[in-house]
Amino acid sequence: MESNPILRIATKIMTPYILMFALYVQFHGDYGPGGGFQAGVIFAAAFVLYALIYGIETARLVLPMGVAALCGALGVLIYAGVGIATMFLGGGFLEYGFLDSHDAEHGQHLGILLVELGVLTTVFGVMVVIFYSFAGRGRVEE
Amino acid sequence: MSALSFLNYWFVIILMMVGFYVLIAQGNLVKKIVGLNIFQTSVFILYISAGKITGGTAPILDTQWSVYSNPLPHVLILTAIVVGVATSALGLSLVVRIKEAYGTIEEDEIAQMDESL
Amino acid sequence: MLAVTALIVVRTQNLFAVAMLTGIYSLLSATFFTLLDAVDVAFTEAAVGAGVSTVLMLGTLSLVGHRQKKQRTVQIVPLLIVTVTGLILMYGTLDIPPFGEADNPIHLHETTVHYLEESSHETGMPNVVTSVLASYRGYDTMGETTVIFTAMVGVLLLMSGRKKDGTGGADDGE
Repeated sequence: MESNPILRIATKIMTPYILMFALYVQFHGDYGPGGGFQAGVIFAAAFVLYALIYGIETARLVLPMGVAALCGALGVLIYAGVGIATMFLGGGFLEYGFLDSHDAEHGQHLGILLVELGVLTTVFGVMVVIFYSFAGRGRVEE
Repeated sequence: MSALSFLNYWFVIILMMVGFYVLIAQGNLVKKIVGLNIFQTSVFILYISAGKITGGTAPILDTQWSVYSNPLPHVLILTAIVVGVATSALGLSLVVRIKEAYGTIEEDEIAQMDESL
Repeated sequence: MLAVTALIVVRTQNLFAVAMLTGIYSLLSATFFTLLDAVDVAFTEAAVGAGVSTVLMLGTLSLVGHRQKKQRTVQIVPLLIVTVTGLILMYGTLDIPPFGEADNPIHLHETTVHYLEESSHETGMPNVVTSVLASYRGYDTMGETTVIFTAMVGVLLLMSGRKKDGTGGADDGE
């Protein structure tokens, strides 16, 4: 598969668009269907496609396993961090209205965006790690 | 109204039966996880059906619409799907380890090996 | 159609075909979710079920082999258990409020009414699913995120160990 020029070029063309579509899904989640979970999966799908076509070793150069695992942890941290931040700003845990001192609605908006970002990072990291560990395991002789 | 109103739920139950059957009758561990997925989907459909209103629209607020389906089950199932894939990944990785340890993924063969130890 | 695909999954012996059929099954259920107005759910199911889990399934199969042992045709006892359970559940559905009626208890509960009427000016977003997911039920979603993270840790623990025959484990220096 790694030598098929059509697949290689097509992947090269499509990968940035898949990534961009994921970001669109992420930031447009307030108005249409979408959000952190879906965006994370699509983001990960771009890397999975890349790894399938160019080989798992090349993909690991682009995005090492450790970085993906770090993403998985970072997302939870962002989520909980937003909660702690609202506590410092005087509200309850995850009470986004306090993120903006003037307008509670803006605070909610900001909070939701940040939290969704956390979800995106976690889901993306987890999916890539799971894929790497399955694909990099080596074949069983049949 | 009468029969049609239960059709959806019965459909859910049929799917659930298929998944349940695969889960307990098939010996292959990968097949068991597939069965678990089918079972899961039936529960998802049950929740989503409960939230549907005939003639309603997707819960994205807009001035043109006034009847929306219930958003709460959607939220619950949305997270459940992603958690479901994470848990089935965990299950599949267990299967891989079992294959490496026993050399097979058929349940009865594994049980035989355990007994002969 | 969904049920037919599920039944084929049961009968098929080749596990590669099963993996592909699971993908088709997910896609079909995604269309079904769209029909039931759950666009967000359908989106997730299409991306996760048809995309990622099929790839995962194929990855597993390349590790464990795709031949299933020949099964005895139909096993009576499991079939009996399943049928009895199904019949009991069908009896249970007779008490469920009818499908799609606007005055079912679920639609009249105060949380639902609150979400639909207040969320647009409490959070300023038109998509109620997103605002409920991230704001009203933020604790839930945080729990889910943690569950996914835990699953990742579990997979890493299980899969990153050294292989028995020593031909290149998954992780070197992880």
